[in-house]
Amino acid sequence: MNPEIQGRVFAPTDPYLVGREKVREFARAVFATNPLNYDVDAARAAGHADVVAPPTFPIVIQERTLAQLLAEPDAGIDFTRVVHGDQRFTYTRPIVAGDELTATLTIASVKSLGGHSMVTAVSEMVDATGAHVVTATSTLVVRGDE
Amino acid sequence: MPQFSQLPNIADLTVGDIVATAEYHLTRDSLVRYAGASGDFNPIHYRDDFAIAVGLPGVLAHGMLTMGLAVQCAVDWAGDPSSVVDYQVRFTRPVLVDAVTGADVTVSAKVGALDTEANVARIDLTVTYDEQTVLGKAQIRVSLASVAA
Repeated sequence: MNPEIQGRVFAPTDPYLVGREKVREFARAVFATNPLNYDVDAARAAGHADVVAPPTFPIVIQERTLAQLLAEPDAGIDFTRVVHGDQRFTYTRPIVAGDELTATLTIASVKSLGGHSMVTAVSEMVDATGAHVVTATSTLVVRGDE
Repeated sequence: MPQFSQLPNIADLTVGDIVATAEYHLTRDSLVRYAGASGDFNPIHYRDDFAIAVGLPGVLAHGMLTMGLAVQCAVDWAGDPSSVVDYQVRFTRPVLVDAVTGADVTVSAKVGALDTEANVARIDLTVTYDEQTVLGKAQIRVSLASVAA
């Protein structure tokens, strides 16, 4: 893959409107049992505007930025050789249903390691007012030719 | 009526305490459900022929599914999903999900460090499948300050 993409900043994604049923669907899929993921009254009683998304929910939005990276013509990434190495989510505030989030991808680093490449992709998500909500960081390992 | 979530008190915690444990039984249905919910339709997570053709031993759980479920026992311990302010993992081993018997994943959540000034507990997860850990450096930072303004 092309090491020159280190430092590249991609165009912000189209706004993603976090739906209440999507939060519930995702919560069920990750075996969440906490009522604040499902029950609007419980979430409001705990001080939230609506149901709260599970901690790994931002992957849904981050996928859109990773799709930008894989589609980048000069990146030279063959997605069939990509393995997910690390993942991290760092929150400023929780995601709740009704949020409109926009993600901007930055390629923080590209490293070579024994024929493989390691790409660190940082997706910063902001709400409709432009305030930071969460940063999703993935390290992708792109396997070299065998 | 629902109550304001009562978060654990950091003064009651000691590094090394096991605060939660959980077991999850994954089936192919779980993987299809996660694929739909997350939008990750990589066929290695539901097609044996495809998984084998790319050199895998069989259909694997999405790493993000393992990450997503592993945090849940800590969420329930804290009482509020929004108390998780940081969560990181390293994917070290795949979880192979047999079409008939599925896969059993166990999670243990332990207090790794306490920052009483910031009122944040670091919870370290041990996530095991087939008697081997599948996530490395699985750490959650849980804010024990009240969320509601």
